[in-house]
Amino acid sequence: MAFLSESEATGLLKKVLSFSKADECEANLSGGREGNLRFARNAVSTSGESDTLTLQVQSSYGKRTGITTLNEFDDASLEKVVRRSEELAKLAPENPEYVEFLGPQAYPKPAAFIESTARVDPAYRAAAGLASIDPCKKQGFVAAGFQSDYAGFAAIANTRGLLGYQQETGIDFSVTVRSGDGTSSGYSVADFNDSTKLDTGALTHVALQKAATSRDARAIEPGKYTVILEPAASVDLISHMITSMDARLADEGRSFLSKAGGGSRVGEKLMDSQVNIYSDPYNPEIPGEAWADDGRPRKRVDWIKGGVVSNLSYSRYWARKKGLADEGTPGLGRNRNHSVGVFEGQPGFIMDGGTASLEELIKGVKRGVLVTRMWYIRPVDPQTLLFTGLTRDGTFYVEDGVVKYPIKNFRFNESPVIMLNNVEALGRPQRANGSLVPPMVLRDFTFSSLSDAV
Amino acid sequence: MGAGALVAPKWSWAVPSFADITPGPASVKKKLADVALNTATSLGATYCDVRIGRYLNQYVITREDKVENLVNTESYGAGIRVIADGAWGFMAVDQLTPDAVAKATKEAVRIAKANAALQSEPVILAPQKGVGEVSWKTPLTKNAFEVPIADKVALLMDVNKSALKAGANFVNSLLFQVNEQKYFASTDGSYIDQDVHRIWPVFQATAIDEKTGKFARRASLSTPCGRGYDYLDALPSGKRPGVTTRYTDSYDMIEDATAAGAQVREILAAKSVVPGQYDLVLDPSHLWLTIHESIGHATELDRVLGYEANYAGTSFATLDKYRSGNFKYGSPLVNIVADKLQPGSLGAVGYDDEGVPAKKWDLIKDGILVNYQKTRDQAHIIGQKEGDGCSYADNWSNVQFQRMPNVSLQPGKEPLTPAEMIKGVEKGVYIIGNGSFSIDQQRYNFQFGGQLFYEIKNGEIAGMLRDVAYQSNTQEFWNSCVAICDKSDYALGGSFFDGKGQPGQVSAVSHGSSTARFKGVNVINTARKI
Repeated sequence: MAFLSESEATGLLKKVLSFSKADECEANLSGGREGNLRFARNAVSTSGESDTLTLQVQSSYGKRTGITTLNEFDDASLEKVVRRSEELAKLAPENPEYVEFLGPQAYPKPAAFIESTARVDPAYRAAAGLASIDPCKKQGFVAAGFQSDYAGFAAIANTRGLLGYQQETGIDFSVTVRSGDGTSSGYSVADFNDSTKLDTGALTHVALQKAATSRDARAIEPGKYTVILEPAASVDLISHMITSMDARLADEGRSFLSKAGGGSRVGEKLMDSQVNIYSDPYNPEIPGEAWADDGRPRKRVDWIKGGVVSNLSYSRYWARKKGLADEGTPGLGRNRNHSVGVFEGQPGFIMDGGTASLEELIKGVKRGVLVTRMWYIRPVDPQTLLFTGLTRDGTFYVEDGVVKYPIKNFRFNESPVIMLNNVEALGRPQRANGSLVPPMVLRDFTFSSLSDAV
Repeated sequence: MGAGALVAPKWSWAVPSFADITPGPASVKKKLADVALNTATSLGATYCDVRIGRYLNQYVITREDKVENLVNTESYGAGIRVIADGAWGFMAVDQLTPDAVAKATKEAVRIAKANAALQSEPVILAPQKGVGEVSWKTPLTKNAFEVPIADKVALLMDVNKSALKAGANFVNSLLFQVNEQKYFASTDGSYIDQDVHRIWPVFQATAIDEKTGKFARRASLSTPCGRGYDYLDALPSGKRPGVTTRYTDSYDMIEDATAAGAQVREILAAKSVVPGQYDLVLDPSHLWLTIHESIGHATELDRVLGYEANYAGTSFATLDKYRSGNFKYGSPLVNIVADKLQPGSLGAVGYDDEGVPAKKWDLIKDGILVNYQKTRDQAHIIGQKEGDGCSYADNWSNVQFQRMPNVSLQPGKEPLTPAEMIKGVEKGVYIIGNGSFSIDQQRYNFQFGGQLFYEIKNGEIAGMLRDVAYQSNTQEFWNSCVAICDKSDYALGGSFFDGKGQPGQVSAVSHGSSTARFKGVNVINTARKI
C-alpha cells in the first residue's frame, strides 16, 4: 500500500483535489518502505521495517492558507484532511507574502530508483550485518553499525494543474569499530541509490584498519594546523554553508553574506579560486529530487564558482520582491514543516576536485592532521558562520607525506568560509552523505582544545 | 490570556478541528492490540508489545506582523515489537485493521528470527508485572488543542510587536504543541492508555547595524514543557526578578519579548569578551543544557555499554567507575536525580513505552556516580532487576529504545539567591539562556554559548558581554561547582528535540536546577572575520 505507482499516486491526488472548495489547493503525497538493521557489541540490537504513506494538503482562500497532514486514506479521511486544511485557512489571517501555487511544470525524472535496492529484505540486511560483524569478532574488535534502506515515491498535484511523480531508492551503511579495551576507534561510511554498490565487508575493513592503527594516541598542542579532511569529515560543514545561503537573510542584514552598508556579498570572492560548488539533481552519482517543497523544478545551480559567491536561494516571494525575472532558485535546505514521508534527505551538493586519491594528497603534506570524521557540529556565530565540533574515530598526525601516529581528538572552532579560503589541494570527489565531496588539504584549520574521547 | 484581547481579530474565533483531539475508546484499541499479542504468541514469540498511537502536532509560525503558516499534522498507526528465538524484531503498520496488524506481527517475528543468527546471547528482559487496564493524562488546565487559533495568533502578533517596538529589527515566533495519544499493550498483561501533552512557545529577536553589517540575536527564555496552554498564563508566581526577568512554571511571553527587543540592541554594542579563566554563574535557563549533555547523556546505560557507539557515541562514565562506588563525578554539592514523575516536565508520563511505571532515582549522590538510566533488556547487565521507565519511541513507526528521563541538579540546602551568589564573585560571567552547544562522543570535552552574558567584577554586574563561549571537561567542570542557589530559584529547562539513535529519533526531556557557580572555567572569544 505504501509504495504507490505513478497512476495510483496521481489518481489519489486527483481525488483529494476533487474535494477542494478553496480558491486553490495543493497536495503532496509520499511514502514507501524503510528497513534497517542496527548492530552493536558485535550483535544485532534492533532491526525492523516500516511502511508509511503521508498526505499533506494546503488550502488557500485569497492570501489565507492552512496545512494539514494525515496518514489515513479511505475516502472519508481524504475529504476530512481537505476540510481541515480549509478550516485552518479560514482561521488564518491574510499573509501579505502569500504567493499563489505554481501551474504545470516539467519534471524530468532523476535516475534515482534502483530495483535491486527496492528488493532489500531482512535476509539481505542480516547478511550485510554479518559481513561487518564477523571480521571484527575474529580480530578481537567490537563493531557497532547501521544499515538502512528505503524505496519511496513522492507526488505533487494542485488545482492549477501542477502534477509530478518521482521514485527514489537509497541505502546507507556506517560502522564504528572499537578495540575491545576501548582505546582505539575507526569509522567508515557510504551511501548509494543502488544496493549492489554497497560492500559492508570492504567498508568494515577500512574502519578496522583505522581502529588497529589508532591505539596509544598522542596528545599534540591545539592550534592552527594543516588538515587533510576525508569527504565524510568535511561534508556536513560545507552542507551547513550551502543551506545557509539565503538571499532574504543576506538582504535583511542577518547573514554571513550580508554586506556592511546593506545588500549581499553575491559576486564577492570569499574563497580560494579552486572552490566550485554546485547542485544538480540529474548528476548520475547523486541523483536528487525533481522539485523543491513548493513545486519549483530543481535544476543545476552554481553556488560558489572560482571562489566567488554566485547564487543565493530565494523564496518565490522574495524573488518577486527583488524583481527577479524568474521564480528564483530554491534552497538546498528543506522546510521541515513540509517534509513528509520517506523523502526526507537533504538534496546534495557537488564540489569539484582534482584527480588525486586521499593517499596521494597525504604524500604532499609536510606536517598536518588527517581527519576521518567530524562530530557534533553546531553553529556558534551566524555572523561569520563559525561552527564548533570535534574530530572522532581516527585522527592521525602526518609528517613528510606519511601518516606517522594517531593523535588525540580535537575540538575545532572554524567557519567553512575561512576553511575554503585556505585550500591547498583537492582530490577526487566521492559520494558522502548524499553529496560529492573531494578529500581536501587545508591550511590553518583552528583546533581550540583537546578531547580525551576515543 | 490577556494578550488575545489586545488585538481585534479579523477572522473567526472557532477552534480548528483536529477531529481526533479526544483519544478514541481504549476498548477498540485493546481488541486490535490483542490481535498482535495473540498472533505473536502463536508464532512462538516469547514477548510482544504493541503501541497504537495517534500523534498530533500544531505549529503557528509567524514573523513580524505576519502569520507564515498554520500547520496541523496527524499520524496514526501501530508499532509491534517481539522477541522470538531470543532476538528483537519490529514492524510498523499504518493500516489499523485486524488483518493488517496480524500480518505486521508475523513480519516482526520473521525479522526477529532472521536476526537471531547474529545474536551472541538471547535478549534478557527484566520482569515487569502486568498493570492491567490503566490510564494516565498530563495534568493541565487548558488543553492547547482546544484553544482557538485566533488566540494563539493574537498572542504571537503581540509578542512580535513588543519586540519590534523595544528595538528589534526582526522577530520570528512559533507556538509548537504536541499531543501523543498512546495505547500500549504487552504480553505481560498491561493495557495502558495515555494522553500526553507538551507545549513550546518560542521567539527569536534580531537587531542589525546596517552600517557595519553586524547583527545580534536573542532567543526567548521560555522552556518547552509538559503543560497545557496554561503555561502562557504569565502568572507573577512564575517570575524571578534580576538583571532580566527569568521564568519558572508560568511564562510571560510579551514581557520577555519586550526585554529581548531592548537587549538585542545592547548585545550589538556590548564589549567583546577577553578570553581567560572566569567564575561562571549559570542560570537554570542555561544550565539545563550543560546538565543534559554532560550528565544526562553520559549516564545512559546503552551508551556506556556501546549500543550507541556508531552514532551518539559511548561514555566516559564507564562501569568500572560506577562499580568503584567512589567516582567523583562532581563536587559534594552535586546531587543529580532522574525523575519521570516531575510535574510540568517533558519526561513526565505514567508508564514508559515498555510498560514500566514512572519513577524517581539518584544518578549522582553527593558528587559520586551511583546509577544509570536503563531499559528492561539492560538491567541484568549491571545486576539490577527492573527497567527504569526510560523506554520511548517518538512515533508508532519507530522502535522504542532507551531515552533520557528528566535529569536534574538538586537545589542547594542553604538559603542562597543569585544576587547573593554574584556578590561573592570577583571575576566572572553570568550566563542566561542556552545557545551554542557541542560535546565529544564520550562526553568529556564540551563548549557552550548562551543568550545573555553579563560581566561580573568584584561582586557587581559590570555590563553586557558578547562573543562568549566556555570550554571544559565534564568531570573538572562539575568538581568546580562551588555553590548552588536554594530551591526558591529552581526552574526547569529542556529540549523538544533531543536526537539519538539510528534511524534518528527525537525525545522531549526537561532538566531542572537552581543557579549554580563554577570556579575558574575557560572562556573563549568566538568573534571572527570573513
